[in-house]
Amino acid sequence: MKLAPAPVLVFGWGNASRGDDALGPLFVERLRAALAADAGVECLDDYQLQPEHVLDLVGRRRVLFVDASIDAAAPFETMVLEAARDASFSSHAMTPRALLQAYRDVQHEEPPPCTLLAIRGERFELGQAPGEAALASLADALRWALAWLDESAVPGERYGAAGLTQAGV
Amino acid sequence: MTPTLETAARPAGLRRVAIDPLSRVEGHGKVTILLDAQNHVRQVRLHIVEFRGFEKFIEGRPYWEVPVMVQRLCGICPVSHHLAASKAMDRVVGATPVTPSADKIRRLMHYGQVMQSNALHFFHLAAPDLLFGFDSDLNRRNIVGVAAAHPEIAKKGVLLRKFGQEVIRATAGKRIHGTGSVPGGMNKHVSAEDRALLQRDVAQMKAWARDAVAIARALHAQNPALYDSLGRADANMLSLVRADGALDLYDGVIRARDAAGRILFDGASDQGYLDLIEEEVKPWSYMKFPFLKSRGREAGWYRVGPLARLQNCDFIPTELAEAARREFVASGGGAPIHAPLGYHWARMVEVLHCVEVIEQLLDDPDILSGELMAGGPRRRSGVGVIEAPRGTLIHHYEVGDDDLVTMCNLIVSTTHNNQAMNEAVRSVAREYLDGHELTEGLLNHIEVAIRAYDPCLSCATHALGQMPLDVTLQGPGGEVIDRVLREGPGRFVHRLT
Repeated sequence: MKLAPAPVLVFGWGNASRGDDALGPLFVERLRAALAADAGVECLDDYQLQPEHVLDLVGRRRVLFVDASIDAAAPFETMVLEAARDASFSSHAMTPRALLQAYRDVQHEEPPPCTLLAIRGERFELGQAPGEAALASLADALRWALAWLDESAVPGERYGAAGLTQAGV
Repeated sequence: MTPTLETAARPAGLRRVAIDPLSRVEGHGKVTILLDAQNHVRQVRLHIVEFRGFEKFIEGRPYWEVPVMVQRLCGICPVSHHLAASKAMDRVVGATPVTPSADKIRRLMHYGQVMQSNALHFFHLAAPDLLFGFDSDLNRRNIVGVAAAHPEIAKKGVLLRKFGQEVIRATAGKRIHGTGSVPGGMNKHVSAEDRALLQRDVAQMKAWARDAVAIARALHAQNPALYDSLGRADANMLSLVRADGALDLYDGVIRARDAAGRILFDGASDQGYLDLIEEEVKPWSYMKFPFLKSRGREAGWYRVGPLARLQNCDFIPTELAEAARREFVASGGGAPIHAPLGYHWARMVEVLHCVEVIEQLLDDPDILSGELMAGGPRRRSGVGVIEAPRGTLIHHYEVGDDDLVTMCNLIVSTTHNNQAMNEAVRSVAREYLDGHELTEGLLNHIEVAIRAYDPCLSCATHALGQMPLDVTLQGPGGEVIDRVLREGPGRFVHRLT
């Protein structure tokens, strides 16, 4: 029997070996470690957004996308995402908006409510570690995310501060 | 095959058109076209800003880390790097050959990777151009446009790719950053549960792969004049083949044919690739230009990838794909197919072949049990060659007595195709740009020809806000006449400066 997906999906992307591009996967890794196993949050990461990630959105109550951004003001910016028929993706990556539009067209229904968390990054060279400024922004972003998880929790769900393991953030 | 239009006789005073970077192409590339006052094309160059730090990234690391670390070189085909590095390190640890179980599980992983990558390219990159036409509204030429107009095609594309990813997860351990393949073999079998899940869906995938071949064939039949000519450049062809001449994407000997289809060499060991291939440096490009030593710099450039593979092999060792390959080859009327749009049809034949191989391997008990590791006398160096989705991928390492990598040399598929892609751009520019006003549609013909090769120009950095397209038109005196930006959301904006 196939299990129902966790009601909340946190999806980060980036390359862990390219400086601040690691912010998305690092965010996911740290949030996963901080949340209780039964928190009702699935944490996924990948190199890039791809069309098949449409299927990861199915059955979710809400979704948080997390990526490094060279445009966002430090420490991070958030926005509610709307599906958009844009052409900005390269051969190998999609924008979150385009993914939502693909969801709408492929699944023939509206995607779940989605929020983008764009964490400020500045350096992206292969072999670089994330910079100190980026890691500070990451910590701020994690605190915001825990509050976001709590704020929009429905009765009976415990995601954020109340759902933390001893490890904390 | 002597390159023309590579260098203008008198570049001073020519107008310059820059396309930077190419939209929908990984990394950054730039096309420069020099036009004279009469809009005649005088010089065309595809500049690829290839990051050459890969080797330094690897050198100094313990050899056993390498198959995992190299996956971070490329976010698109990490499995190909994972397996090419593993094959090279098999040599270092003396595991030649690896055990039957390890060989079959790796093959399963690799064919899953090629299948999902080829499916992504066709359904979400090539199909929009092919279904809607190169001059159509930009907003329709993408997966979103396809999904709206052809929802069944888009859905199949998503699910075919998802299936390939599941094959990778079942064999590599995780859907990204897999650790399944190690120097000397594999560290896990496929679980019976995963096998059952994949077997449940494989028949459907095969049916969809056959549909995909039919779509590619039908698109070609609708406009054969275009498909046979856009970006055409006759080239030598290089790939691995099995010892008996069969298509083999995982292992084999190196074979090359000339543009007429005659075999140049065959049965060459992958360990001796440096005897076959040399890389030329040109002052105007960051990316090297490999050529076949036996043919020299001028005549030795070659093409790799699906279009080369299907014509370099003698047959495909699975029934449905071989029938499809015969039909594809026959479309050339007895001569090799050299037009880049042929890649799309060839890719779909490979998808069908991959699904057939996956189906066979899932029925093989060796993927569930049996020895996973082999070993033997240590060596100081090893070469691993694999047919990645975009073409031949070479990993070459030397390892010191302290187990640290002292030398790393990688030749990736896109580098092999560097000259071929330049020739494709020249062909398109010659046919579509000479004497015409520049439009987005015309410029997109150039992108279409390059995208047919599915180049991977750099690797997985992609932070939000990157990947604009910048087109600059300069007059004979160097002044900017016009500038066009394809901005992040895909808008195509003229900005006179």
